[in-house]
Amino acid sequence: MKFIKNIGLILCITGFTFFIGSIFVGDYQVTQQTFDEWINNKGVKSEIFIESAQIEVVGKSFNSFQLSSKIIELAENSAEAHQNNIQLWQAEEGQEERINEEWSKVIWTSWSSTHKDFTYPLLQASINSHVKENQWVAFLLTFGLAIIGGLLYITPDFILLGPAGIKNNKLFQHSSTTRGLGGIVTAVFFVTFYFLLYFFPDFIVNPILTTNKISLSLSGNPASQWFMYGLIYCSVMTVFAVKMYVKYRHNLYQVIRTTVVLFFQVAFAFLIPELLVRFNQPWYDFKNAWPLNYTFFFDWNIDSLLNSGHLGMFMLVWGIVLTAIVIPVVVYFLGKRWYCSWVCGCGGLAETLGDPYRHLSNKTLKVWKFERYIIHLVLVFALVMTGATLYSYFSGATSIFGIDTYTIQSWYGFWIGSIFAGVIGTGFYPILGNRAWCRFGCPLAAYLGLVQRFKSRFRITTNGGQCISCGNCSTYCEMGIDVRAYAQKGQNIVRSSCVGCGVCSAVCPRGVLKLENAPEDGRIIDNPILIGKDKITLQ
Amino acid sequence: MEHVVIIGNGVSGITTARHIRKLSDKKITVISAETDHFFSRTALMYIYMGHMKYENTKPYEDWFWKKNRINLLRAFVQNINTEKKTLRLDNGTDLAYDKLVLAVGSKPNKFGWPGQDLDAVQGLYSYQDLEAMEKYSPTTKRAVIVGGGLIGVEMAEMFLSRGIAVTFLVRENRFWGGVLPKREGELISRHIKKHHVDLRFETELQEIISDDNGRAKAVLTKIGEEIECQFVGLTAGVSPNITFVKESTVKTNRGILVNEFLETNIPDVYALGDCAEFHEHPTGRRNLEQVWYTGRMMGETLAQTICDKKTAYRPGMWFNSAKFFDIEYQTYGRVYNELKDNEADFYWEHESGEICLHLVYDKASNRLLGINTFGIRMRHEVCERWIDGGETIRFVMEHLKDANFDPEFYKQYENQIVREYNKENGTSFKPKKRDWKRIFAKN
Repeated sequence: MKFIKNIGLILCITGFTFFIGSIFVGDYQVTQQTFDEWINNKGVKSEIFIESAQIEVVGKSFNSFQLSSKIIELAENSAEAHQNNIQLWQAEEGQEERINEEWSKVIWTSWSSTHKDFTYPLLQASINSHVKENQWVAFLLTFGLAIIGGLLYITPDFILLGPAGIKNNKLFQHSSTTRGLGGIVTAVFFVTFYFLLYFFPDFIVNPILTTNKISLSLSGNPASQWFMYGLIYCSVMTVFAVKMYVKYRHNLYQVIRTTVVLFFQVAFAFLIPELLVRFNQPWYDFKNAWPLNYTFFFDWNIDSLLNSGHLGMFMLVWGIVLTAIVIPVVVYFLGKRWYCSWVCGCGGLAETLGDPYRHLSNKTLKVWKFERYIIHLVLVFALVMTGATLYSYFSGATSIFGIDTYTIQSWYGFWIGSIFAGVIGTGFYPILGNRAWCRFGCPLAAYLGLVQRFKSRFRITTNGGQCISCGNCSTYCEMGIDVRAYAQKGQNIVRSSCVGCGVCSAVCPRGVLKLENAPEDGRIIDNPILIGKDKITLQ
Repeated sequence: MEHVVIIGNGVSGITTARHIRKLSDKKITVISAETDHFFSRTALMYIYMGHMKYENTKPYEDWFWKKNRINLLRAFVQNINTEKKTLRLDNGTDLAYDKLVLAVGSKPNKFGWPGQDLDAVQGLYSYQDLEAMEKYSPTTKRAVIVGGGLIGVEMAEMFLSRGIAVTFLVRENRFWGGVLPKREGELISRHIKKHHVDLRFETELQEIISDDNGRAKAVLTKIGEEIECQFVGLTAGVSPNITFVKESTVKTNRGILVNEFLETNIPDVYALGDCAEFHEHPTGRRNLEQVWYTGRMMGETLAQTICDKKTAYRPGMWFNSAKFFDIEYQTYGRVYNELKDNEADFYWEHESGEICLHLVYDKASNRLLGINTFGIRMRHEVCERWIDGGETIRFVMEHLKDANFDPEFYKQYENQIVREYNKENGTSFKPKKRDWKRIFAKN
């Protein structure tokens, strides 16, 4: 068994090595035709840029970093030249038209938002590599090996860990799960991955190409970085779902929950949207609710849905109904868990890949206070941004109170959508625990939490006086709830942040905790602790 | 301002301190020689196994004590002068008190075995015990555990998590035979063996043999078998840790003798928790009850008394719980290891041999007396209502679903259990559906 495990580890590492290694192979030759098409597609008007790129790029051979930085360098030089011109002409009278024309020649290449859209298509079109020539082989050597290796590494635990039960042995003695060297290396890897994915996809053209055949067979389109991300997401969740099955095979709540959340990810966030595209419909994830799905009310999304016939109209209405009606009603009956740990993709990754990091969440009162500020501020930010967006959409004005709507959207997209949700939310799993995004940043979680806290049948019931204050529940609460503080007082746990993962109940050695939906009356116990039979209520 | 000094920062002492603070403005000092802060000793095993860190076992953050003006003093109390109302500490200073609370806990039993004080021979009660286990573990290939109770199983589980082989010596013919009825004892025995513990019944320790450095190297059993080992766990129960109290005027027996208000024979001196022994238990339970929640309940009660709301200790129905490797156990009311003359019982065991339910009731009145459950969680409040309310076994069977506390989607066995009950008793009723109104009814 140990042997199989080791083989699995080697295969998995090999798969990752191929995947990461592919970044550094292949060369990029920009042919005249590729160049012209790209300039055309991008609508580049700067003759300075075109001329210099014609000389310095076309027909030459680069690696990805060289080509990308060359393009950026030339673009920045040209932008500077155009802006100089503008400054000169601004001193003169009657040059407005010329100035406007010159502005249109400026190429925007901020790394945080516009850079990738500019360079990525050129790099993608000009790569020559073994990956490009042998895409199926590349898929098998990367995804194939990593998935098979991962499964071989995980499944022997069925035997190795002994009879079914809670087996968190040595979790606090491993560097990878205690913010040690292993954890830091993992975090750096995750963070780097997210930076490349969000901001520098032009460096990972080969890794993206490993998923190209799958993309072609699903949607008929070549793979984008988002397709690759979707496939990685589904693969990782599948492998780690198997880990959950092994670990919690005695706990049907965990088994069913894991299966359902995996299903929603693979079907709703991946297969269905890709197939919709195949049938010329908008890419749409039916379970991704606003405000987590913050682009839902963006003008391009509304336009795209409005232009997609009955189905598009249905999607638009469904998106609104989901947030306005379905979510609060179901939270009333089942708690926010139905979304956060049964349906949501972020939650799904946290409950699978993130499971080994759940104990790293901070349980202090100070951080709880911080959490309550920050998550509701993000919700307010999302509301303001969406409000401004809709105002602009209906009124046609590009700014509100002097602030450009597009700027608000970019801020939100960069700080919340990319940095908070991705880089910190997932990249920092090994440092902050697996729910940092869900706990501190997700505006949808904030909304669900308000409903759960004030109008819901859901609670975690504490079983009388059986608690021995051991602290397993608090330790393994990924949301950083000090469950023990309630349980040892005989108080039910009613907290807006609880995502109902069920692990506190699973790790409790005394059968003290039960997630349940029951009548609202008596849900919150204000004056807990009863001394024995005479029931002296303590204040 | 009145100064309340509490010796011991376990659950009993700390609960007392917290509730005195809730009720009053008295000056509170808690003395401990063990750790700076309160931690949950029930979680010691989880620290060793890597499920938690020491930090995780502290139920309150470190700022809590200062904020609540509970002074923590790390010291060892050498003796008590009840006339002058002072304590002599190990640093030579005296500490004056107005009211003294003795919450000094227990220590593992040693029954005079030769070699019982060798290195690597110990129980598991204090933080220092845990540190010693850590110290000896790297050089231990086999551990022998003496005494088949809860701590013994915890120790076995701990060693197995590090790949250390365990031989478990049990005096009775089944596991925890002094507490568990035969079939439950056998169920747990099977489970322990499934985890590859070398479990030996009716085997008693004769002697622990030393190596050249004063460390245990083997045990000798009463039948003369020598078992090589590098660690001996003594887990045959605990007894009050009251050596220094015995030298004072405070009256003791096995524990510190108290009345139902937890008062000792000396005014303004109280005792509670593991170390307190009732002259006569106020509700007929055992005079010495060394469990977590009784310490907590006593602390809540004593705080009332100390804050001039004299309150008798009334723990109500006996209950307890434990976990044996992967099997959880809960008990409500009284299920003795042997049926009493007036008792009858119903026992159901799942075909897996790892889940069972055992109900004991009064033969004449059919009223429920106690529940043992293994592998099924049950609702404390509902069980208490049944037992205190004198519900009959038939009523309990009919409403069994109300008491299920297993997580959602778990397989439920009530139909199966009631079928078996019907078969045995020639009845033919069906269990009622779970009903929230009944479950959450006000007592």
